[in-house]
Amino acid sequence: MAATKDSKEQKYDRQLRLWGDHGQEALENAHVCLINATATGTEILKNLVLPGIGAFTIVDGHIVSGEDAGNNFFLSSDSIGKNRAQAATELLQELNSDVSGNFVEESPDKLLDNDPEFFHRFTIVIGVQLPESTCLRLGMVLWSASVPFLICKAYGLIGYMRLMVQEHTVIESHPDNALEDLRLDRPFDEFKSHIKSYNLSIMDKKDHSHTPWVIIVAKYLERWLSEHDGQPPKNYKEKEAFRQIIREGILKNENGGLEDEENFEEAIKNVNTALNPTKVPTSVEDLFNSEQCNNITAQSSSFWVMLRAVKEFVYNEGSGSLPVRGSIPDMIADSQKFINLQNVYREKAMQDAAAVSKHVESLLQSVGKPPESISEKDIKLFCKNSSFLRVVRCRSLAEEYSVDSINKDEITSRMDSPDSEMVFYLMLRAVDRFYQLHSRYPGFRKSLRISGAF
Amino acid sequence: MAEMDEPEKKRTRVVELTEKMVVEGGCGGSCEWEGRWNHIKKFLERSGPFTHPDFEPGTESLQFLLQTCRVLVIGAGGLGCELLKDLALSGFGKIDVVDMDTIDVSNLNRQFLFRPKDVGRPKADVAADFINSRVPGCHVIPHFKKIQDLDERFYRQFHIIVCGLDSIVARRWMNGMLLSLLVYEDGEVDQTSVIPLIDGGTEGFKGNARVILPGVTACIDCTLELYPPQINFPMCTIASMPRLPEHCIEYVRILQWPKEMPFGDGVALDGDDPEHIQWVFQRSLKRAAEFNITGVTYRLTQGVVKRIIPAVASTNAVIAAACTTEVFKLATSAYVPLSNYMVFNDVDGLYTYTFEAERKENCSACSQVPVDLHFPPSSKFQQVLEYLTESTSLQMKSPAVTATVEGKSKTLYLQSVASIEQRTRPNLSKSLKELGLTDGQELAVADVTTPQTMLFRLCFTS
Repeated sequence: MAATKDSKEQKYDRQLRLWGDHGQEALENAHVCLINATATGTEILKNLVLPGIGAFTIVDGHIVSGEDAGNNFFLSSDSIGKNRAQAATELLQELNSDVSGNFVEESPDKLLDNDPEFFHRFTIVIGVQLPESTCLRLGMVLWSASVPFLICKAYGLIGYMRLMVQEHTVIESHPDNALEDLRLDRPFDEFKSHIKSYNLSIMDKKDHSHTPWVIIVAKYLERWLSEHDGQPPKNYKEKEAFRQIIREGILKNENGGLEDEENFEEAIKNVNTALNPTKVPTSVEDLFNSEQCNNITAQSSSFWVMLRAVKEFVYNEGSGSLPVRGSIPDMIADSQKFINLQNVYREKAMQDAAAVSKHVESLLQSVGKPPESISEKDIKLFCKNSSFLRVVRCRSLAEEYSVDSINKDEITSRMDSPDSEMVFYLMLRAVDRFYQLHSRYPGFRKSLRISGAF
Repeated sequence: MAEMDEPEKKRTRVVELTEKMVVEGGCGGSCEWEGRWNHIKKFLERSGPFTHPDFEPGTESLQFLLQTCRVLVIGAGGLGCELLKDLALSGFGKIDVVDMDTIDVSNLNRQFLFRPKDVGRPKADVAADFINSRVPGCHVIPHFKKIQDLDERFYRQFHIIVCGLDSIVARRWMNGMLLSLLVYEDGEVDQTSVIPLIDGGTEGFKGNARVILPGVTACIDCTLELYPPQINFPMCTIASMPRLPEHCIEYVRILQWPKEMPFGDGVALDGDDPEHIQWVFQRSLKRAAEFNITGVTYRLTQGVVKRIIPAVASTNAVIAAACTTEVFKLATSAYVPLSNYMVFNDVDGLYTYTFEAERKENCSACSQVPVDLHFPPSSKFQQVLEYLTESTSLQMKSPAVTATVEGKSKTLYLQSVASIEQRTRPNLSKSLKELGLTDGQELAVADVTTPQTMLFRLCFTS
């Protein structure tokens, strides 16, 4: 029975709260390939099947051994003697009927010999316990097809993961402690007119105590700037003086003591971060300066087109700043004052996104693509996250292994430190090399097989 | 006489067959096959550069795991399912699992021992059935109970206890239970009375795993301040100046529901009832519209009402694997255990950090130092209660306090029984002096955060 949208919402609720419906859609459009259904491999797939990956294909030419059935939850003693890809697919498929499970009873080397383009269809290929030669061959095929490759190994209590991806762009990187985008150091016109509508000195007590701290800091900053030649508080001494001025703005009661004005306390507490200069993060500047951004073609992904559009915005309408994010943190205030302030930022964000949209349109037109190729929704999301954009780039396996481009300096410098884990990297490379030369792993000889329970 | 012998012979034969089944684990001979435990034997029958300095390779360790070692898993949810799988495949043959919950659809994205047809059944039962069937020879015994429904005789049976709980209160209770099992000789802990507690926790893409040796290393309460405080919005915000959609939802939950009792008198809001959530959602929309607040959705409503924590399979898999590794190390003494607190975060790449959490000198749970309460005799009793709930080192939930006054045991305040609550409520506004309490007086406090009554000493200040 096909899962209804509702029942899927219920089932996936806990993860939808992490990556949203659009994240789930991307997951459901993905087709993952696992090579070798070892315990490590099936464990990885389990964690993709449960959240609803679109499809998986296991490539494995091995027959299930007694050892395999002993350490793998997705093989049973009944599986012994059967092809490992098929046996594991059955027990993994059973975890989630939304997922389409497939298997190929073949070694990856054979596939590379006969049909390397087989691997082009996948969103990502995961290779577990693969010999070095297979990794390198497969790595070359996947690199030229721009398919990410995740290499995993596990020996006892030591595990290894190596991600090989040419370029992976991330729009929503969900940073843990993002700074707010309040623009207090370079207030936009609409913000300036909004704070003009406030006159702290004539407000009644209720309004005074429920004015958002952002307004308070903005007001006092205006005053400071006019008294300091347009220079904001810069060092600790000046910021402390600034805080003191705000403190003096707290209403006094009949006895001369201070009224309880939490919004003013918030203002004082937030002075430090509020005065942070608004600037384009270096990580984003680096993206602006990259080849992909400056050279937009018909093949450019929407990420790069949007990034270039944002860059154009920064150099034009933005006057050196990214599009306004539009969100503000909660703060002590009455509902109306807060909502009004929030709307000032939201409307500015919409305006900026519209300007970016225009740049997107003209960029698309310049490479002969229809302007609707990138949706308004996507552009808005991109603008909102423009401070947090990330691009991950990894070297190819060929570069890692080639004597000409090996990371010799970094490896040797880390080896100097006795606690460095670089020794494990070298050991694992040595294990792989041993296997290439002797077709077995160190410490394992058929004649010295560990005695069984009988 | 021959006829009389027949039934006897029959009975003996049935007994014989049953015994044979018990010895084989009841799985008809498919419990062992060649190579089954090779991966574990590589750890235990060989020495190596990473093993514990005192480790001696041999075959006894594996037999101990398979047949003797008793492990208790607390929780059969996101972490619990992973723990059961990992422990069973690591050779542990005698596992007990405790969980008071039944299976919900929203569990199925990660609690992989459950299927849609299992919704509504007890998690412990279904989990045990699945493992017993998939890992022949492993014997998981389920307990569909609250941890508080089991006593020290139960917990004492185990060599190691591993927790996959979703509440700090429950963790503190387990912590307190194991501390209560400790035997002290001349002020020193008798090591044989120590039951190691491995504790795992996850939330979204973050998690942690820790090793606790009760009475020896830092306990849960020693590091209570590490847990972030729960978000509770101020009442005035909720009642008269909402700004966020969450404020609107809390308004309906806290103020509107008790007033309107939409599903009958005394019918409490049930976060698992979609009709209840729909009611709250609709009214939250209305409330939000009054204040021009956008953003109220059904998903947000449910999240706020149920205090939902996002969860995925992968984080649970990582943390459970780390916990199982520690159980394995402690049970076999083959490797050096984690010392003692690991944090994990794969929101951005992959980050992990391990540190040694230190014991708190005056920890209210494990330090054996009596906790002094300092109050002037004129303070209202209410203030003592507030201290017990609000102090970051105590964080009690609803403490019940008794004291011996003029030779008689007197309940000063108890919230959980309505009649006693009513009777003792006037004490809240009385001063300590008025209540007949004296300087140096012992106060016995019971609370959900601890299985044993805690003793405090009242010290009057001027």
